[in-house]
Amino acid sequence: MTGTADRVAPAEGGRVSRSAPGGLDTRRATRTTKQSSQIAAMVWGAVGIVVIALIWEAYKLLGPSDGVVIAGARVLPRTTDLAMPHVWDMVGRLAEPVTRSPSALPLWAVVGLAALTTLGIAAAGWLVGVIVGIGLALVMQRWRIAEWGLLPWIVISQTVPLIAFAPVVKSWGSRVEIGAFEWQDWMSVALIASYLAFFPIAIGALKGLQSPDRIHEELMQTYAAGYWPTLVKLRFPAAVPYLLPALRLGAANAVVGAVVAEVSTGLQGGIGRILIQFAGQASGDPAKAWGPIFGAIVLGLVAAGSVALLGVILKNYRRTEEAA
Amino acid sequence: MTDGDGGLRSDAGGGSRPASRNPDAAAAGIRDGAGAPPQPAGTTAVEVRGVDKIFETTSGHVQALDAIDLTVAAGEFVSLIGPSGCGKSTLMRLIADLDAPSAGTVSVFGKTAKQARLDQEYGIAFQSAGLLPWRTVAANVALPLELHGVASAARSGRVAELLDMVGLSDFADRYPDQLSGGMQQRVAIARSLAEQPRLLLMDEPFGALDEMTREKMQAELVRIAAETGAAVVFVTHSIPEAVFLSDRVVVMSPRPGRIREIVPMRLGVDTRRAARTEELREERGFFEMVTAVREALHGETPVTAGPRGVETR
Repeated sequence: MTGTADRVAPAEGGRVSRSAPGGLDTRRATRTTKQSSQIAAMVWGAVGIVVIALIWEAYKLLGPSDGVVIAGARVLPRTTDLAMPHVWDMVGRLAEPVTRSPSALPLWAVVGLAALTTLGIAAAGWLVGVIVGIGLALVMQRWRIAEWGLLPWIVISQTVPLIAFAPVVKSWGSRVEIGAFEWQDWMSVALIASYLAFFPIAIGALKGLQSPDRIHEELMQTYAAGYWPTLVKLRFPAAVPYLLPALRLGAANAVVGAVVAEVSTGLQGGIGRILIQFAGQASGDPAKAWGPIFGAIVLGLVAAGSVALLGVILKNYRRTEEAA
Repeated sequence: MTDGDGGLRSDAGGGSRPASRNPDAAAAGIRDGAGAPPQPAGTTAVEVRGVDKIFETTSGHVQALDAIDLTVAAGEFVSLIGPSGCGKSTLMRLIADLDAPSAGTVSVFGKTAKQARLDQEYGIAFQSAGLLPWRTVAANVALPLELHGVASAARSGRVAELLDMVGLSDFADRYPDQLSGGMQQRVAIARSLAEQPRLLLMDEPFGALDEMTREKMQAELVRIAAETGAAVVFVTHSIPEAVFLSDRVVVMSPRPGRIREIVPMRLGVDTRRAARTEELREERGFFEMVTAVREALHGETPVTAGPRGVETR
């Protein structure tokens, strides 16, 4: 450093150290606020569940046993134990064995295992959806003409009714046999899950890859950075804030797709199957049918929550240039 | 002011430059140890010859630049000044090869503008800092080094040096959103200097800053330019800024963008860049130069200049 530099730098440093404590205070304050707001969010979440349970019980206590019927249409359900079991019955049933057989597992374990199976299938479908979705987005971002050509088809693809589609996929899959590889039934389900998952991911990733500011693109141009360095250093990081909600939507879609596909292809072992099976036993054991429903809810939450975890890991990519 | 009293002006549009007062001899002595590349005396940093730029828009042709001739010597500090729409930013973008001229040639250190860009002959800073928000201050400065495959150890050494130069060593691990606008702009300047370019292109880099920060940044830029010995092409619309910083001020007029006059700055006896300190702003010579540039900007426009186009920006 030169004499000139030394002359200016200490002055600069002095200013800096004076302003630093204020900055730290602000950051500490922000962190505390964030923590307390997280706690508040959890409390309100719990309150919400309690409120729903209370409304359920209150309506069951006060509502007419035949439900509310307006002009021949039942707008509120019957309040019998058959239609609306008590909250404690539903929860209690989870702890009881699933059948009268002495070797039977408790209901929660059966539901849990089925949910895990479905989660695995949905995760496979989600992964395929991520690869296909981001791949399509890359192609569309790279070539304008591909965007014009592909985007309408991607949108139309989501209008195909899934239930109609599932058996077709299963029968196609059963004819696939490449060497030692044999198509499994769960793969049909995963494929259908990926079919629902890829759509939000493709749209979100495209928007994200197109999101860098012109100034950043020109900066990369002045660095003589080609397509790939620009993609890795600029486009993907800039796409993260768009990708995270898309991945979350994709995860939720994959779970829905997997459950629906299990039902319509009749795949054993997943939560979709026991949903149907236990609903069929509802007349004799009404509380049992609710087990898989709770399981499906938890499944969706776990799937979306896993992606939220991804968001925590990538939090620095969600910053903006402007001061907060 | 009338046309007659242009005694301070010279060589409008011409290729002749004021005798090379700056920087080679003076700046060489105080050059940073990390050091700018050796600077052969008398080389031309930028040469613009007969450049036109026409933009095709839906409403027809817009002539942004018309018959521009400009030479910037190595180590020279040249400001482009003029009202909105005079094409000063366009001219800078042509030098940076972010746009191509419609006619004429632009060469940078004897190469085509494109080759100069590919060879990383210049560093650039824009009006907004343009930092990548997901990168720390240090990582932002390291970006060009990273892209050009500089080894990690050499990279962090260079980054530390640059952050020291702009006085942000304590902020290396902060993110851009935790910095003030002036600090962000300093990071952008450090980034533009990362590869020790012999030419710096700056498009109103202090335009969004408040006056206090702005003057401080100007003083720092003068110091940094002297330290590195780089030539600077500086786009601005502030007359005092141009006068304070520059060896020559290129005054441009709009529609079509032309060079109206090139005003050499004569700021007292000591014309070395390092001598430009805050006191300069209060000297008589400084005000004379401000007046000279202002006259060049306004003076020669007769009040009844005939029908003028509607202001488009």
